[in-house]
Amino acid sequence: MSDVLLDVKNVKKYFKTPKGILHAVDDVTFSINRGETLGVVGESGCGKSTTGRVVLRLLEPTEGSIILDGENISKLSEAKLRSKRKEMQMIFQDPLASLDPRKTVGQIIEEPLRIHNIISSSKDRQKRVLELMETVGLAQRYYSTYPHELDGGRRQRIGIARALSVNPKFIVCDEPVSALDVSIQAQILNLLEDLQKQMGLTYMFITHDLSVVHHFSDNIAVMYLGKIIELAPSDELFAAPTHPYTQALLSAIPVPKLENRRERIILKGEITSPINLPKACRFASRCIYATEQCLHGEPELKEVAPGHKVACYRAESTDKT
Amino acid sequence: MSEEKAYALEIENLKVEYHVDKEVVHALNGISFKLAKGETIGLVGETGAGKTTTGLSVLRLIPSPPGVVSGTIKVQGEDIGTLSEKQMESIRGNVVSMIFQDPMTSLNPTKTVENQIAEVIRLHEKCGKKESVEKARTMLEMVGIPGDRGVEFPHQFSGGMKQRVVIAMALACSPEILIADEPTTALDVTIQAQVLDMIRDLKKQYNMSMIMITHDLGIVAEICDTVAIVYAGQIVEYGTLEDIFNSTAHPYTVGLFGSLPNMDDRTQRLKPIPGLMPDPTKLPQGCTFCPRCPHATEKCRTERPTLVNIGGEHQVACHLFKEG
Repeated sequence: MSDVLLDVKNVKKYFKTPKGILHAVDDVTFSINRGETLGVVGESGCGKSTTGRVVLRLLEPTEGSIILDGENISKLSEAKLRSKRKEMQMIFQDPLASLDPRKTVGQIIEEPLRIHNIISSSKDRQKRVLELMETVGLAQRYYSTYPHELDGGRRQRIGIARALSVNPKFIVCDEPVSALDVSIQAQILNLLEDLQKQMGLTYMFITHDLSVVHHFSDNIAVMYLGKIIELAPSDELFAAPTHPYTQALLSAIPVPKLENRRERIILKGEITSPINLPKACRFASRCIYATEQCLHGEPELKEVAPGHKVACYRAESTDKT
Repeated sequence: MSEEKAYALEIENLKVEYHVDKEVVHALNGISFKLAKGETIGLVGETGAGKTTTGLSVLRLIPSPPGVVSGTIKVQGEDIGTLSEKQMESIRGNVVSMIFQDPMTSLNPTKTVENQIAEVIRLHEKCGKKESVEKARTMLEMVGIPGDRGVEFPHQFSGGMKQRVVIAMALACSPEILIADEPTTALDVTIQAQVLDMIRDLKKQYNMSMIMITHDLGIVAEICDTVAIVYAGQIVEYGTLEDIFNSTAHPYTVGLFGSLPNMDDRTQRLKPIPGLMPDPTKLPQGCTFCPRCPHATEKCRTERPTLVNIGGEHQVACHLFKEG
């Protein structure tokens, strides 16, 4: 067995709405090995960010277990959870919205060190902050500046330094480069990659950008309406996408090349409402292969090749023949 | 209106400055390009490069003051700088239309969708309320929205559908030139594919000319005929799709491609461009890309390069390249 850091089993997150129960995350199961990256992709409203938040218990799971480094955190008390938070951190999409505008760069990075009482002397704390700033490529002269004075790339570096300050094992990166220009995006992706190698970090990388997720992840989970519908090693997923939704999703990426252009699969319609879902395959209404069976039962996530799981009746039947 | 080649749009040495406080923001520093009838040019660059400013200039929508605009813009041979505000109004939405990036903020939340489209039609064409609403519904059908949903309000539509409404509105008066400012950036990738497909079909159907403003080279490869790479308010490279993608010349363009993940080899490390785009109030004296350029020489620091032709239509503003 490989070294599993995060083990998520049958996690559900439902929200009560006036119109009925909203199935934001509906029975997801996955694990991430130490030092690896799981990419989570899907479109707006598929539940990828909610999954990230539930895994960190920023949202309470409705059901299911979350085991981080051998400890079940889904049942931890508030007090125990607080100290466990040192091990799991988050990097947000919009660095400006996730940084306190009234605090300087130094104060923002220092705050977790103080809250978790990691370094008690303020002099040592400052030293550590400057170290962290160097690690993420922020010049020391920004120590006393405010986030709004900096550009998006540098702001994201502050968010990364803050997450690293408590020496976490596991970081959820929620669209960390989506708000950045491509040249800056590449700088931040390289930084995250280097940090992972140096510190043995484990990432859950949530994004809608498929070319970025392919580059960055060891394994990829594709989500649709609260469910993982395909889970596979990165290269395998791109070489042999099996779920009809994954196929459409991958074919929709605009490729910055003139040769070998892929045939597009244009999906009809849009994602259906996650409220009061019928017991059927959630993709059936947009699927070109949908049959009677798809409208009357929900396919489970089943292995079709080593490490490659798909939730689709069609994939199951092609596999048998 | 020449005999040789009909241009929908000719921009010559367009400069836009904003005088704010005591500083001058150099938003556009001499942009020139021509757009042939029925063709699509891609304006590619990063935040603050001046792409949207170029689009707004064509509609003469740069607020002045603080904006100071110089240079000439000819729409179908006519210099829009000489037109009165009234004449300009008849061009906006009628001859030149623009689709904005964020469909959520470009629709009026208090009006039904069909009434918003009908308003545009009534403004430019002589027709009654009933007729204009009917035409609005036809436009909705054309962008793939059932006509009877026209009575709904924007908040009842999803992001992809709102963007379709915005497109329907922009096309309502069959413009000659469509300026699409990041029309799919706010959309999911499968919806983006639907919308791009639709734009391409409509463009063909109406034989429109289009300016596609985007930061996504993948979209450029799919939609555009020619490409202008914009950096710090200047076109640094211009050419056909083949020129830009297969004979990439300017170090900035090379850097843009290097920043993208390689889909064939995911282990290949990204090659980002170091540093940031210069502050538009303090542009370097020489080449604006020079502080980030791996090939910069003394000449680059002192002398700003201009576009030179390096074969066919391919032009580059870089001292590394010689005319010919």
